[in-house]
Amino acid sequence: MAQLEYSRPAIALNRFGLGARPGDQAPDRPMAWVLDQLERYETLPAEANVHAEGNRLVAESRVRLAEVGAEMPDAKRSAIVEAKRAVRRDFGEEAYAAYRDAVDARVRTALVTETPFLERIVHFWSNHFCISADDGVLSALALPYENEAIRPHVMGRFEDMLFAVARHPAMLIYLNQDRSIGPNSLAAKRARNRDEDRDRGLNENLAREIMELHTLGVRSGYSQADVTEFAKALTGWTAGGLDARGKGGARLAFAFRDGQHEPGDRRIMGKTYRAAGEEQAAAILSDFAAHPATARFVATKLARHFAGDEPPPALVERLEAKFLESGGRLPALYRVLAESEECWAPQPLKFKPPWEWTLSAMRALDREKIEGIAFAQVFDELGQAVWRPKSPAGWSDQAAQWIGADALMRRIGVAQRLADSQPDKGDTVALAGQLLPASLKPETTLQLERAESLASSLALLLVSPEFMRR
Amino acid sequence: MPASIPIRRRSVLAIGGGLAATLAFPAGQLFAETDMQRRFVFIIQRGAADGLNTLIPFGDPALVQLRGRDAAMPDGLVKLDGTFALHPSLANVAALYRKGEASFVHAVASRYRERSHFDAQNLLENGASEPYARDDGWLNRLVGMIPATGPGGVAIAPVMPLALRGPASATSFAPSYLHIGSSDVIARAGELYASDPALAAAWQAAMATQDLVPDGNEKDGPAALGKIAAGFLAKADGPRIAMLEIDGWDTHLAQAPRLGGKLTQLDRMIAGLQEGLGTVWNDTVVVVATEFGRTAAFNGTAGTDHGTGSVALLLGGAVRGGRIVSDWPGLRQQDLLEARDLRPTMSLENLIASAAAQTFGLDPERTGKTLFGTPATVDGLVA
Repeated sequence: MAQLEYSRPAIALNRFGLGARPGDQAPDRPMAWVLDQLERYETLPAEANVHAEGNRLVAESRVRLAEVGAEMPDAKRSAIVEAKRAVRRDFGEEAYAAYRDAVDARVRTALVTETPFLERIVHFWSNHFCISADDGVLSALALPYENEAIRPHVMGRFEDMLFAVARHPAMLIYLNQDRSIGPNSLAAKRARNRDEDRDRGLNENLAREIMELHTLGVRSGYSQADVTEFAKALTGWTAGGLDARGKGGARLAFAFRDGQHEPGDRRIMGKTYRAAGEEQAAAILSDFAAHPATARFVATKLARHFAGDEPPPALVERLEAKFLESGGRLPALYRVLAESEECWAPQPLKFKPPWEWTLSAMRALDREKIEGIAFAQVFDELGQAVWRPKSPAGWSDQAAQWIGADALMRRIGVAQRLADSQPDKGDTVALAGQLLPASLKPETTLQLERAESLASSLALLLVSPEFMRR
Repeated sequence: MPASIPIRRRSVLAIGGGLAATLAFPAGQLFAETDMQRRFVFIIQRGAADGLNTLIPFGDPALVQLRGRDAAMPDGLVKLDGTFALHPSLANVAALYRKGEASFVHAVASRYRERSHFDAQNLLENGASEPYARDDGWLNRLVGMIPATGPGGVAIAPVMPLALRGPASATSFAPSYLHIGSSDVIARAGELYASDPALAAAWQAAMATQDLVPDGNEKDGPAALGKIAAGFLAKADGPRIAMLEIDGWDTHLAQAPRLGGKLTQLDRMIAGLQEGLGTVWNDTVVVVATEFGRTAAFNGTAGTDHGTGSVALLLGGAVRGGRIVSDWPGLRQQDLLEARDLRPTMSLENLIASAAAQTFGLDPERTGKTLFGTPATVDGLVA
């Protein structure tokens, strides 16, 4: 049997893009089609710029919780507890509704984008710097986080995105930085005087994951002591913004609280950081952003996303060199990817995870929804609930994670549902020619032609190896 | 602090003939020796479960100094002896212990000594000496040691966990609200995957799984997942090996309520498994383990950070139960690893391989080497 080989137009549309739509012309200059998008990035597309009230929901519920007791000075304790529970319940419902809307907004943005290569890059960075929206607060903040910390820096410098991430309330809350306090800070001393020592001290969660997952990468030479030192430097970085609230204007934002900051110099990987206060962690973060280990780590992940689960070392080295030479300018890296032959190899290099596969199927059928089931649930059932990787490492970018017996049956279920509800089922083979120009294997064409119904034929196209890989 | 029950370690001399004996028999005969009535289940706690608040060493005076009385000793502690008590959320596990169907191994850790969840889980699942050193998992290699007609192993998970990935036939299943494909699509999809080895393997497993899926499952909750696993295992021609996952053990913040909730889930999953297995429970060994433990002291936010030693649970009717196996290292500052973590005194790899070998009556040296590259030497875990 013939090996599966993609044409260059098919690679542009699928490996670099998010899949073709029926009206899309096959690009006659595939590499230019990719590179041209770098000139047209829209920081915040209209489709994504909706439901921005997630932050307000969280802030207002926190304000309401704080006020519940004050409003009821004569009430019994049990009445106050009940009132607080009601606030939390209402918030939980609103937050989940906001999450569902946010998933719809993210899908819609990806369906209509004119710069699919860069939308893919947004998803890449959002996963690299992921939060996991496993509670109400983070469910409400997921889309604001992506819009505020990721999208504005996609065409900027790595360091700027890193800072936006590390200072965003969603990340500060997700990795418990908002609760971490220097053991010798003023706040800790006051707490000790009040005999409340149990809840006031260091939490090294964000510090570790910044080093391990965002910048240097695991096994790059730092020690447990370095993690603890960085955690101390980060104390005082927190989610605040509620103190200066006006009614209706409450909003979570980065705050630095000097009273929570661990005093003293910090020593990390052999370098002493003497800067005081907020600047101390910032100086360390800047060094991490420019560190060769970071360049290597980011280069490897970017290469893996386009050139295969085990990325070619030469490509990784070129990306790493460009990262260091350009001071972490991200568009320079995207250009390396688009211009590297390793990313244009004709054999399939990647298996689409559920997020990518579903988007490409929706685009292929020119659909905006799947009847009878919300997108949030579709992705959950396919094993990739949006913004909920359940781990700060984010979703795996390797096929072994996604090719499985059950996963395959679920995709077929979704493909069947999409195909059954597709209004105009035309010639599947012709559609395949548009989506995957000159890339369908003869035996696949044969099965599409022999299927017992147009719906079967369409479902088969969506679950064919040609369509599930890129 | 005296050990509860000192473990017996096999002497090196006692296992000297193992490898030679293995080489003398062809694979078929080795299979013939295995006990095919037995079932082996691995439950992984992802996120680093706090062993010190699961099997609580309440008799160690350093514990209260490290954590404060309230955090160290939840109300309703189930005391098992003068040293150890179970967290109150593990009510079903405590009942199994009293019936002689549960043993606990404390101060256990894999060979991983850094503190990355992801590297540690990778190593715990691939069974190699380094994270990412191999692409297949030890549970899959165990499947390969057991004769099977269909898939020999099943993971109750939406994607196949690394521990069960590999050349031996294994499948994964999780309950779903999605529709299934039409018979025409199903029939033709197989043709499409014929020349794509990875998809073809997944497809073959999917087809084999269709016949094994138990009917009428509840879809939600840990007890339901336990019952689904039991449904596979209880079938006469079903897989003998299963894997379940519970994530969310990373309790950096406000640990007490979170950990209580997670332990309740674990307790229910085990109860669901036991209920679903019926009499097959008597032939079952369940190993519950996590990638590493958590700091001995509480951190500044009423939680714990990444540590080293933790506890592993052995459950099931085939377990030699009612015992706590521990060479307890103590919790004084000088006893702790790097002055922060419970110091491991038992190899998790050795424990798992020993339990697996004894479950199926396999040669411990060969099993240990196949699964983790080192012989299995802990005696007397399984009846």
